[in-house]
Amino acid sequence: MNADSVIMLRRNFKHTLRNPVTVINAVLLPVVIMLMFVYMLGNAFSVGVKYIDYATPGMILLAVAYGLGATATEVNSDMTTGIINRFRVMDVSRGAVMTGHVVVTMLRSLISIAVIVGVAFGLGFRPAASFAGWLAVIGIVVAACFATSWLTVALGLAAKTPQSAGLATVPLIMLPFFSSAIVPADKMGQGVRQFAEYQPFTPIIESLRGLLAGTPSAGYIIGALAWCAGIGLVGYLWARSTFSKRA
Amino acid sequence: MSNSAIAASGLRKAYGNKTVLDGIDLDVRAGTVFALLGPNGAGKTTAVNVLTTLLKADDGTARVAGHDIATGTKAVRAAIGVTGQFAAVDELLTGQENLQLIADLKHLGAREGKRVVTELLERFDLAESAGKPASTYSGGMRRKLDLAMTLVGSPRIIFLDEPTTGLDPRSRRTMWDIVRGLVADGVTVFLTTQYLDEADQLADQVAVLDQGRIVAQGTPDELKRQVPGSHVLLRFASAGDLDAAAQVLDGSTRNDEDLTLRVPSDGGLKSLRALLARLDEYSIDPEDFSVHTPDLDDVFLALTGHPNTGHPNTGHAHTGHAHTGHAHTEVNAR
Repeated sequence: MNADSVIMLRRNFKHTLRNPVTVINAVLLPVVIMLMFVYMLGNAFSVGVKYIDYATPGMILLAVAYGLGATATEVNSDMTTGIINRFRVMDVSRGAVMTGHVVVTMLRSLISIAVIVGVAFGLGFRPAASFAGWLAVIGIVVAACFATSWLTVALGLAAKTPQSAGLATVPLIMLPFFSSAIVPADKMGQGVRQFAEYQPFTPIIESLRGLLAGTPSAGYIIGALAWCAGIGLVGYLWARSTFSKRA
Repeated sequence: MSNSAIAASGLRKAYGNKTVLDGIDLDVRAGTVFALLGPNGAGKTTAVNVLTTLLKADDGTARVAGHDIATGTKAVRAAIGVTGQFAAVDELLTGQENLQLIADLKHLGAREGKRVVTELLERFDLAESAGKPASTYSGGMRRKLDLAMTLVGSPRIIFLDEPTTGLDPRSRRTMWDIVRGLVADGVTVFLTTQYLDEADQLADQVAVLDQGRIVAQGTPDELKRQVPGSHVLLRFASAGDLDAAAQVLDGSTRNDEDLTLRVPSDGGLKSLRALLARLDEYSIDPEDFSVHTPDLDDVFLALTGHPNTGHPNTGHAHTGHAHTGHAHTEVNAR
């Protein structure tokens, strides 16, 4: 990261701190959803293990997804308010502008994940992962954050208004609910089940679940990393080309 | 041409088959104010965007601060400051942080950056609100902050795209004073405006842009000379009075429909007194009496064949309070 990226990162970080809605969306909402599922609904699901142990990996992904809306809105605001022209005339690279947004989104997600995992421990979450397992968990989580951040920056750049940019991330926020995050896919109805089995969040969640339970599955880990690489690459290329076209 | 800050020739830009700039030639001398005057949609913003390297021209060349906009993009960018049509401030940051952001991006260094930020806050009367987020600023304050951000790093050439559109009369005057102050410091200012009086007030050189073409260029006075001269307009109660007046006033042109008589005059006190005395002599009482000296509105009408249609809603309100260059004096005879 060059000096300009660091300056842009600092700017975007201040934005997060000054926008309470962002913090609520990214940190509090996932916690509330977790409490809801674990306390109210968890006993009704039979997932074969303690529900909190089952649900935590899914909640981690939920925490990632909930932080994305703010990023798309912010990226789009930069483009539509004219501040981007100021940056361009000052020769601030498009890389710096986009990197600032990606890194802040990742940081926000990681903070939110730390809170989620902390609360999960309080609720009785007892993972069996080894040290190496934890490292792998962190690696996959960072990869997922990285990939979804780039995709979100692209969505923000492609949208016409900040509002529609925020809306564009709604499918990403909904995806975890249609994955194995809350209940196993094989308990779902026809159609939804197939969707849940093949959508990207399921292998990511299943790989985390296996690693945290101490029973890692190579297939899911490879699937998770492949999806992250694919989403990240598409997001990056899309963001780059949209940026060049718009600014 | 060594003292040209901005020199353009044959600039063209089209979007699809809609031509926005249709061969623009400009020459702006260093240390002067240049106004690009035109109604909405004339191509003013496109011209600014091309000259500031934000847009690539389809054809033509331009040199800004001695560098070619196509091949010396970086050098051009380093020499200019641009304030766009919409205040490009970061709403979530405070005024001070906005300036600091630009100082950081210009790599001024911690100490110099701080000094520049403090100085600009003082100079633009923003010190008191420096700690408040820009989202709480009024339109005028936002423009001032925007301009202050443009001045970080002391660019020698500044582009202002409609710097006073949407501002109240007081803020407009502040903005005008700021522009005059910049020129006094030797900065070259290129501004666009749809306000004729603004060009009249500020610019050394005006170019009138209409539908992508420059239809006239010159000093405000030169442009005014291109339109019918100043005159006195007399309106009468009856055709008889009109006849009588037309007989005694040389060179006048009558309009029988409105019962008005147009008399060439320099608009000065002496000639007005003489004119009134002559009417008095023949006991002719005009009903209404007004002096017209041409302003840039007339220039626009004369040059383009259509009135300045920039903003029909605000045009008149604005004429009301801030139109100082406009010498339209009405005197009711009785």
